[in-house]
Amino acid sequence: MALQLYLDLNSQPCRSVYIFAKKNNIAFEFKPVSLAEGQQYTEEFEKVNLLKRVPALKDGDFTMAESVAILKYLAGKYKTPDHWYPANLQQRARVDEYLAWQHTTIRFHGSRLYMFKGLLPLLSGEPIPTDKMDEAVSDLQTSIRLFEDKFLQDRPFIAGREVSLADLVAIVELMQPLGVGFDPFKDRPKLCSWRDRVEAALGKELLDEAHEKMMKRSGSLSNLDVNSPALQRFAIGLKKTYMSWRLSPSGCKSTC
Amino acid sequence: MALQYYGDLNSQPCRSVYIFLKKNNIPFEFKEVRLFMGEQYSEQFQKLNPLRKVPVIKDGDFVLSESVSILKYLAGKYQTPDHWYPGDLQRRARVNEYLDWQHSGLRPQASRVFLLKGMVPFISGSPGPSAGAMEAVEELTQSVEKFHQKFLQDKPYVAGADISLADLVAIVELMQPLGGGHDPLDGSAPLTAWRERVKKAIGRELFDEVHGPVLNTQQSLESISQKQPELLDAMKKMLFKGGK
Repeated sequence: MALQLYLDLNSQPCRSVYIFAKKNNIAFEFKPVSLAEGQQYTEEFEKVNLLKRVPALKDGDFTMAESVAILKYLAGKYKTPDHWYPANLQQRARVDEYLAWQHTTIRFHGSRLYMFKGLLPLLSGEPIPTDKMDEAVSDLQTSIRLFEDKFLQDRPFIAGREVSLADLVAIVELMQPLGVGFDPFKDRPKLCSWRDRVEAALGKELLDEAHEKMMKRSGSLSNLDVNSPALQRFAIGLKKTYMSWRLSPSGCKSTC
Repeated sequence: MALQYYGDLNSQPCRSVYIFLKKNNIPFEFKEVRLFMGEQYSEQFQKLNPLRKVPVIKDGDFVLSESVSILKYLAGKYQTPDHWYPGDLQRRARVNEYLDWQHSGLRPQASRVFLLKGMVPFISGSPGPSAGAMEAVEELTQSVEKFHQKFLQDKPYVAGADISLADLVAIVELMQPLGGGHDPLDGSAPLTAWRERVKKAIGRELFDEVHGPVLNTQQSLESISQKQPELLDAMKKMLFKGGK
C-alpha cells in the first residue's frame, strides 16, 4: 500500500510535508482531512492520530504525527538530497536548532495572529481585545527579529548555502499571516531576499499551489458555518491555546 | 579544549543535557549561568547566545542552543548507545514525534504550574494559590493524559523496550511541578512505574543529584529573599513583564 499523508493545506505543518513530498517525487496518497468540517474528530482519523491533528502519516502499519518528525522520517526513508537534512553533524544541528526553537516562537505567534485576525472572532462572535491583538503582533515581530538575527544572520539559508527542512518549515509559517492581510515581510529586505531564495529553491509553482487553498479560504471565512459543532469545538481549543496565557518569544519560557 | 556546557539545573532542558553528558561519560566544563541571578542577560552571555536562554554548548567555535538539538548532536558526535536515539527509522521517528510535540504539548503546561505554584506566591508576597493555578493544573493533567495515551501507551518506554531521549526529556519536565509542590503523576500507577523505570535507567544517584535544586526551590527563594531582596524585585519584573 502506498504511503498515506493526511493533510489539510490550510494548515502550515501540512504544507511543509506536502511540499517536501512533491519536491522529492515521493509517491503518496493524499488523504484530505477538512479541519473546518471537523474531520479530525472522526473515529477513523483517531486511529491514525490519537491527538486528532494534522498532518499525520500512515506507512503500512506504521502511523505517526508531528510534521517535523514526519519530514525527518521521509528524508531518511526516501534518501532525499543531503542538503535537506545534512549528514554533517554541525550542519544538521543548525537545522535541528531552528526546528526546535520555532515551535513556540514563529509557529505559535504566526498562528495566533492568523487566528486572531480571522477565525477566532468569527467563531466566538466577539472581537479580540486590543491589548491581546497588540501583543500578538508585537510577539510575532520579536520572533521574526530573532529569526533574522540569530538563525539567518548573513547566510543565504538557515543551515548555510543550501535550502533545508529549516527554511521549508519557516516559510510555510511566515506565509500564514498573509492569508489575513498581515505581511510579515513588509519593510524587511533581508527576510524578503531569503523568501525569494527559498521560493526559487522550492519552485514558485509548487509553493503557490500549496498555498492557494489557504489564501483563498481566508477571503471566504464568512462562508463557514460558524455554529457547527465541529467549528465550535475547534474554537474552544483555539481560545485555550491562544487566549489564556502568553508564550513570550524572549526571556521566560512562559509568563503569567 | 573540552566541550563547554552553559546551564542551570533549575531549568528542565538544562537537566536533560546534563544527565545525558554525565550518563555517557562525555567530558565537559560546566559553566553555570544562574537564572535566579539573571546571568542569562549579561552582555557576555548574550554574545554567546543572542536568545539569552540555556542550555548552550560550545564545542570549539561551534555554539549550539536548544536542548533537543544539543542532545541529538551529542548522541551523534559521541556515538552513544543506540537506544538513546535509534538508528532504526521508525523507532527514531517515535522519539522525534515526542520531542517535537512536547515543546507546546507538555513543556509550557508543566512550566506554568511550577511558576504559578512554586514561584509566584513567593515572589508576589501573597502566599496561597495564585490566580490561574487551578486551570494550569488542569491543563497539565490533560497533557499528561495525552503523554500516556499517545506516546507511552502500555510500553515500558516511549520508543519501546529501552530508554531514549524522549523519556529523558519527558522526565525532567514532569519533575518541575514538584518544585511547586505538585506531583503531575500522582494517582497514576502506570506513570509512576514509568518514572521509577526511568530513574533506575539513568541511575538514582545522578537523577537525585540533578533534581536537588528544583526540589529545593522554596528554600532557594527564601535564601534569596533574605540575602539579596533586590533579586526578587528583578524576578518579579521578569515574570510579570507584559503579562496580564
